[in-house]
Amino acid sequence: MNKPEHDRVVFRTASIERRVDAMQSVLEERGTQVAKDLETLQHAAQEEWIPRNGARVVAKAWTDPAFRKRLLANGRSAIAELGLPMPKHHRHLVVLENTPNVQNVICCTQCSCTAFTLIGLPPDWYKDFDYRARVVRESRTVLKEMGLDLPPGVEIRVWDTTADTRYMVLPEQPPHTIGWPEERLAGIVTRDSLIGVARL
Amino acid sequence: MDGIHDLGGRQGFGRVRYTQDAKPFHEAWEVRANSLYALAVRLGIFNMDEYRHAIERMDPRHYLAASYYERSLTGLATLCVEKGVVTREELERRAGGAFPLSAPSAPGRGNLPTRERFGPGDRVRVREDYVPGHVRMPAYIRGKTGVVVGESPAYPFPDAHAHGVEAQDEPTYDVRFRSEDLWPGSADPALVHVGVFQSYLERAG
Repeated sequence: MNKPEHDRVVFRTASIERRVDAMQSVLEERGTQVAKDLETLQHAAQEEWIPRNGARVVAKAWTDPAFRKRLLANGRSAIAELGLPMPKHHRHLVVLENTPNVQNVICCTQCSCTAFTLIGLPPDWYKDFDYRARVVRESRTVLKEMGLDLPPGVEIRVWDTTADTRYMVLPEQPPHTIGWPEERLAGIVTRDSLIGVARL
Repeated sequence: MDGIHDLGGRQGFGRVRYTQDAKPFHEAWEVRANSLYALAVRLGIFNMDEYRHAIERMDPRHYLAASYYERSLTGLATLCVEKGVVTREELERRAGGAFPLSAPSAPGRGNLPTRERFGPGDRVRVREDYVPGHVRMPAYIRGKTGVVVGESPAYPFPDAHAHGVEAQDEPTYDVRFRSEDLWPGSADPALVHVGVFQSYLERAG
């Protein structure tokens, strides 16, 4: 004979959707504004915090040497000039300049922190244990496996996001795009080049 | 804590499952889980350090088997239960089944009383601290020596902030390590930069 439902349920883990539903219903009881705020946050996570923001910053830095200088000196105040936000707790943005001989790469070995308002919420591979465990120790091998085969003369600098300082890579401008307008330049900057696992 | 989350330099992991168009989210519930924890932070139920620590306190078997956003949800739910927002029984009643939560927290700690200011080019050593509670020093730099390349604004000290312990805000230093010093004879040559809280550092001779 089957056990009645109320005897059985506590032993079986609820589905992840049901657990999210449960948590959501608890928080939504904290005020009428909560459901609305949740909608706003979900919209921002998908439509506003996107790599296009970082791409705009890069395109501006490529075309405006004074801005580039300000960006490298104080990332947070420079991106504010473009109307781009960062959460309050991200008190510092360090922009990492790639050169022909330097490749910067970002990771977070302990969780998966990123400058998400600029780069977007992190892609799945960035959050995977393989990337978190290996990129600090086997950077050249990992980058090669990911399709970035760097010449031996290129120095790799890995940046582990252990505090609330955030990092963004400033990729090199491809020579054939010199003279392009900012808007068109922003179109060629990929998310993965802002993380540093790809070059342009 | 020397927890399962502290993965930097761990061996045995495989090829990164990389695709150029990898998405941040795959399912609608993932977007909701992400926004729910952010909302709880905005509501003042907990702070980011408490949140990170709640995830670190997951049973290691659960941590490794769960997806990123399941870990996020588990941290959120654990803190809501610990802070009295809801009981575990009520969560399980609403979810219609068991709702695994993280293990209890060990005590936190305050700042190092004898913190030093460092400047660019200073050689620093990461103190050999073994911390039962939250700490943002990845184990792979413990006891290692590097060079300061930058300083951040002051942040809440995570070891205290994750535990409701009073402490002063303090800066982090971007410290440059050589991968060959971190894992002698067993790393690709590279420079590894880590944001290290002032309390974790001492001047290297």
